[in-house]
Amino acid sequence: MATVPKPNELVIDHKPPQTGWMDTPVVFRPGTWCYGAKTKNLKALDLPNPREWSPGDEDWKLPENWKEIILEGIRERLEKYRSFKIFMDICVRCGACADKCHFWIGTGDPKNMPVLRAELLRSVYRNDFTTAGKLLGKMAGARELTMDVFKEWFYYFFQCTECRRCSLFCPYGIDTAEITLMARELLNLVGCNIDWIAGPAANCFNNGNHLGIQPHAFKDMIEFFVDEIEAVNGVRVEPTFNRKGAEVLFITPSGDVFADPGTYTLMGYLMLFHEIGLDYTWSTYASEGGNFGFFTSHEMMKRLNAKMYAEAKRLGVKWILGGECGHMWRVINQYMDTMNGPADFLEVPVSPITGTRFDNARATKMTHIVEFTADLIKHGKLKLDPSRNDHHRVTYHDSCNTARGMGLMEEPRYVLKNVCNNFFEMPAGTTREQTFCCGSGSGLNTDEFMEIRMRGGLPRANAVQYVHDKHDVNMMACICAIDRAVLTASMNYWVPGVGITGVHELVGNALVMEGETERTTDLRGEPLAGMEESEDEDL
Amino acid sequence: MNLDKFLSEQRNTIIKKWFNCVVESYAPETSRLLQKESNQFANPVGHAILHGIQAVYDEFLQSMDYEKLTPHLDRIIRIRAVQDFSPSQAISFIFSLKQIVRDELQNRIHQHQIPSSEIAAFESKVDQLALLAFNIYTQCRERLYEVRLNEFKMRTFRLLQRANLLAEIPEWEPQSTGINHQKT
Repeated sequence: MATVPKPNELVIDHKPPQTGWMDTPVVFRPGTWCYGAKTKNLKALDLPNPREWSPGDEDWKLPENWKEIILEGIRERLEKYRSFKIFMDICVRCGACADKCHFWIGTGDPKNMPVLRAELLRSVYRNDFTTAGKLLGKMAGARELTMDVFKEWFYYFFQCTECRRCSLFCPYGIDTAEITLMARELLNLVGCNIDWIAGPAANCFNNGNHLGIQPHAFKDMIEFFVDEIEAVNGVRVEPTFNRKGAEVLFITPSGDVFADPGTYTLMGYLMLFHEIGLDYTWSTYASEGGNFGFFTSHEMMKRLNAKMYAEAKRLGVKWILGGECGHMWRVINQYMDTMNGPADFLEVPVSPITGTRFDNARATKMTHIVEFTADLIKHGKLKLDPSRNDHHRVTYHDSCNTARGMGLMEEPRYVLKNVCNNFFEMPAGTTREQTFCCGSGSGLNTDEFMEIRMRGGLPRANAVQYVHDKHDVNMMACICAIDRAVLTASMNYWVPGVGITGVHELVGNALVMEGETERTTDLRGEPLAGMEESEDEDL
Repeated sequence: MNLDKFLSEQRNTIIKKWFNCVVESYAPETSRLLQKESNQFANPVGHAILHGIQAVYDEFLQSMDYEKLTPHLDRIIRIRAVQDFSPSQAISFIFSLKQIVRDELQNRIHQHQIPSSEIAAFESKVDQLALLAFNIYTQCRERLYEVRLNEFKMRTFRLLQRANLLAEIPEWEPQSTGINHQKT
C-alpha cells in the first residue's frame, strides 16, 4: 500500500541552501556546463592531459599531482604577470562590481558576482601564497585547493564572458577578465578546457579557421556569395585570394563566411570593396579573425594571432583591414603589439580613397572596417540610399570588445545613421562603455550551454525589449560575429520579432552601386519597403 | 465582509508579501539586489517579478481572463524557466498566494467572517492560475530547446549547401525532363 505523505512533506521548499559559499559545492546539472575538451583537440594544440572526460563525471581523470601543477602554475603566473599579483591582493570586497555582471543579474547565483568569482581563486592564493592565509586560514578568507574547489573554478570561470563590464566600476581598476584568463590558463594546465574553445582553436591552428574549412572550400564559399550579390543587384564583384602585392589584406571572422546572418554582412563587405575599387585580397590561410586561443592561454592567443601577421608579410601587403569581429579586436588592440609586434614590415593604414591616415592603428597596422567605412561616408565617397533599409527599425548593440576594449562607439552609430532612416538607442546604462554582454562571449556560445546563455543574455534582451515595445524596433545591429550568432538565439527566446544584422549588411543594402539593376529586395531576399507588391507580381 | 473587497483593500500588503516570497527563493545576496534596485535595466529580474505580480494580482481580482493574464505571468516565468529551479520551484510562488491571503485574513479579521465558499472559490482560482503557469513554463522550456535546435541547424546549413551535400526537394516544380519514370 502506498504511503500517504504527511502535510508537511507536501510543502515545496523553494529557499536556497543556507551554507556559506565556501562550503556549497557545485552541482553539475546538464545545461549549465560546456562539454570537456576532446583528446584530439588537446593533442593538436600540444596541451597537457589529453583524455576522454566529461565535467559531468565524478572522475575528471586528472594527473595524480594535479594540485602541485596548479599551485606551481599560480606561482609562475604571480611572478610573470604583475597585474595578476596586484589583482589578487588589492580587492577590498567593496562590492561595486557585484551587480554589474550580466551572469549574476541573470542567474541570481552569488558566485557569479565578479568579486566572489574572483574570490574562488583568491581564497586559494591566500591559503598558499600569503602569510595571513597560512596562519589564519578561513578567518583570513583562505581555503585549501580541493577537487570541489577545482571543479567550482571550471564551473564559474566558464560562466564569465570576460566582457569587463564589472571592471568599469571597480575603484581599483581590477580587470576581472584578466582573472578569468588566468584561471582558464590554470585549468588548461591539467587539460580542463571546454571543447567549444579547444576545437576551434585546434582547427584554426591546423587549417586557419575555426571550422577547419580548407582553402578551396573557403574560396568556393565566398564565390557563392558573389553569385548571391549578382542575383540581388546584377553586379558581379571580383574578390581575389592570396594575391601577392595587393595593398590591403582583409581578415574577418570565419563566422561571416559560413553562418547566417553573418553571411549577409560578408556580402556587404564584398559590395563595398568592389564599389570603391579597393586593391585588396583575402587569405585562405589567415582565414579567421577570431582567436579562441585568447580564451585558452596567452601563449595560444599569441600563436593564433601571429598567423595573421605572417600572412600579411608573405603577401607583401601594406596594411590589414579587419572585419566586424569582437575579440579579434581586443587581441589586436590590447595584446598584439607586445605579443607579436612590432609589425614594422607594414605601413600605417592610409585609406586609398580618402587619404585619411589611421594613426590610431600605427602600432598594429590594422584598421577596423567600421572606421574605414565611416571615413568613406564622411568624405562623401559612397552613394547611399538609406530608404532601402526602411523595412528595418534598428537599434545598436555595442559589442563588449569593440566598445570597452577599444573605444569604438561613435563610428558604428555614424555609419548606421547614414544607411538607415529608423535608428533608436537602447537606454543609457546598457550601451556604449556600459554595454551588456550578449551573454555567450569568450567561447561560451555552444548549444549545450543554452540555459546559462539565456540567463547571461537577459540584461541585454531586457533593454532590447524596451525599445521593441517603445519604438517597434525589429532589428539589432552589431559588429561582432559571436554577437550575430548568439543574439539571434537570445532574441528568439526573450524578444521574438527582433532580428540580428551586421552593420555592413545594412551598408550593403543601402549602397547604390555602379551598373546595378533595380533593387527590389535586401541582401536576405526580403522585399524592400514599398516593393512587397512587385514581389507578389514576380510570383 | 466580502473576500473580493478584502483582497482589494489589502492589495499593497499582499503584493509586497507575495513579492518578498518570490525573491526569497533566491540566495540572500541576490534577494537584496532584487528588492532594493529600482532601475529596471540594472535589475531586470526584480522589476519583472514586481510588475508581473502586480499586474497578475489586479487581473486575478477582476476577470481572470487567461489572455490578459498570460503576458504578465510570462514575464516572471520566462526568467525562472531558465534559472536554477526545478519546475515545481519555478512556479511554486503561485501557490504562496493562498498562504499569504490566509495569513492576512487571520491577522486582520476573523476568517469565519468570510463565507467558506468564497475562500474555496478564491483558492480554486489560484489553482487555475497555477495551471496557466504550468502551461507557460512548458512553453518556455520547449522554446529553449527549439532555440538550441535552430542554432544547431543554422550553424551547418551553409556548409552543407556549399559542399553539395544537400539534395532537397526544390521549392518549384521542375520542367519535364522527358524521362519516363513509369514502369513499362
